[in-house]
Amino acid sequence: MHFKSLLAALALAAAGPALADGHEKTTVGFVYVGPIGDGGWTYEHHQGLLAVEEEFGDAVETTFVESVPEGADAERVMTQMALQGADIIFTTSFGYMDPTINVAANFPEVVFEHATGYKRADNVSTYSARFYEGRAVQGHIAGKMTQTNQVGYIASFPIPEVIRGINAAYLHAKRVNPEVEFNVIWVFTWFDPTKEADAARALIDQGADVILQHTDSTAPLAAASEVDGVIGFGQASDMAQFKPAPRVSSIIDNWAPYYIERVRAVMDGTWESVDTWDGMDTGMVEIGEITDAVPADIKAEAMDMIAQITAGEYHPFTGPINRQDGSVWLAEGEVADDGTLLGMDFYIEGLTGEIPN
Amino acid sequence: MDLSSINPVLLVAALMVASTPILLAAIGELVVEKSGVLNLGVEGMMIVGAIAGFIAAVETGSPTLGFLFAAVGGALLSLVFAAITLFFLANQVATGLALTLFGLGLSSLMGQGYQGIRPPLTSKLDLGPLSDIPVLGTILFSQDAIVYLSLATVAAVWAFLKYTRAGLILRSCGENAEAAHALGYKVKLIRMAAIAFGGACAGVGGAYISMVRVPQWVDGMTAGAGWIALAIVVFGAWRAGRVMVGAYLFGGVTVLQLNLQAAGIKIPVEYLSMSPYLITILVLVLISAGRARALGAPAALGQVFHASR
Repeated sequence: MHFKSLLAALALAAAGPALADGHEKTTVGFVYVGPIGDGGWTYEHHQGLLAVEEEFGDAVETTFVESVPEGADAERVMTQMALQGADIIFTTSFGYMDPTINVAANFPEVVFEHATGYKRADNVSTYSARFYEGRAVQGHIAGKMTQTNQVGYIASFPIPEVIRGINAAYLHAKRVNPEVEFNVIWVFTWFDPTKEADAARALIDQGADVILQHTDSTAPLAAASEVDGVIGFGQASDMAQFKPAPRVSSIIDNWAPYYIERVRAVMDGTWESVDTWDGMDTGMVEIGEITDAVPADIKAEAMDMIAQITAGEYHPFTGPINRQDGSVWLAEGEVADDGTLLGMDFYIEGLTGEIPN
Repeated sequence: MDLSSINPVLLVAALMVASTPILLAAIGELVVEKSGVLNLGVEGMMIVGAIAGFIAAVETGSPTLGFLFAAVGGALLSLVFAAITLFFLANQVATGLALTLFGLGLSSLMGQGYQGIRPPLTSKLDLGPLSDIPVLGTILFSQDAIVYLSLATVAAVWAFLKYTRAGLILRSCGENAEAAHALGYKVKLIRMAAIAFGGACAGVGGAYISMVRVPQWVDGMTAGAGWIALAIVVFGAWRAGRVMVGAYLFGGVTVLQLNLQAAGIKIPVEYLSMSPYLITILVLVLISAGRARALGAPAALGQVFHASR
């Protein structure tokens, strides 16, 4: 028997009992890169899973695997899920892109949704949020709040999403504070609390009084809370336990509406492969409460910026913006196109250091 | 690039914090190995200590009780190892590896429901005017109690092994267990005490990660620190002082590479990230190339002892 049809037969066999009792459940699988208790990225995806359960009740069955490494293990986990009869599988980290495509090719009857990637297929959709909109707001607050003009940035991997975030934050910090400087540390991990905490301490020791992070744990905020006058931001989630300081605001990823919509599409039989990249306008990116540690006028400016971005009146990457080497990227009034943003592999003018490759 | 933005005083203070977990685990393992037992389960004992201490600290609100429970948790787990290797005469290497796997699983189970919680903060010791002394004040007199405890443990282990009769007896068990037995010493009891001490040290080291360095509970958060501690015992040639140097060297490179990055030094990040491991390997090679025989491993290390032999 051909390998693929064997797999299909196995999948059918696994789905058999559900069909037999005349009550077909839609099985929804999630593959997470961190633990659901990380308080950040994976936590919010799991909130999405819970929202799906709440919305559809007995009509769905959910399953998830946490802390799955990005690599061969991910492929194994996805295959296992597909064999056990999942109808739709959400893979929630950039590094799952190739494994998702590979597994999807073996299971044409199962649909896949990959977060933050760019490779699609007939049964693979991609979805991501415009986090840079939120980072522009945090950058504005950071530029206004810093006393030492040193902002520390804990970066995970040198991929466009992370570079875009650094650029968006720097651009808006620089606009309100020409003296501001960014120190970027690359830690090459999404989730390693020990390393993230050490990186935050190194940045603080060198004079940074604002810490921005693009890693998933609350460890940098915990490190910031030990030093008076240092502020940070929640990443991917509210991280409310550090309010009102050091956590003065937060970028919250709200995946629940998207997950509910996509699971419903599978149930209706209307699912098709799409590419979704939503921002504040649809509520996929939210800004958590700006606390009283931020002076009222700065808070008002930030709220105004949120309103403008939400209404579509302002795009964070609006020219004039030069590349790091001084060449022109966007002319006066020009707005960045999505293609360039999705493949962004350069720093904008004023940022020091090089992007590792 | 701006090296001047690195403050050497803060750097040294930070490296002491980064080194303390592996230093504690390594000094405990040193005593275990000196008694002739090779316990490869350090990683498992550390992670169980990390969660045991975390739970106790969160439930009681007292970091001190947390560290106490971490020591007890690590010691209890090590006694499982002691029972299997000393009384059922199992292979120490295999049992140690199993202990690590068991510890990782057990800690994950115990930690259900403790993710995303903030533990009570371990306050720094207030040493009054001492901590206001420039340079020395920041490095020596403004750390938390566990840093001092780790240094005191190193000194105590050094003095115990070098100057006391009990230390001599413990070392004799590691050099020639049959001879020690013939002289009437309870080899198994002595080794069991050493193993429990090693477990307690590893447990406190693990709790230092979950309660001070991060502070948060995450599955598998010791992330190989136990293995580094084992390597440092070899690196330190089974001597307390050198174990301390090794631990601080490793912690120092880890912290230094993050600081160099923050200062914008133009060395590719990948090289910086692997530098701690490269330097550990390099020093190991240098040490063992010259004087492999004189390295000082206890003669009976890893050998099962039974009085009938």
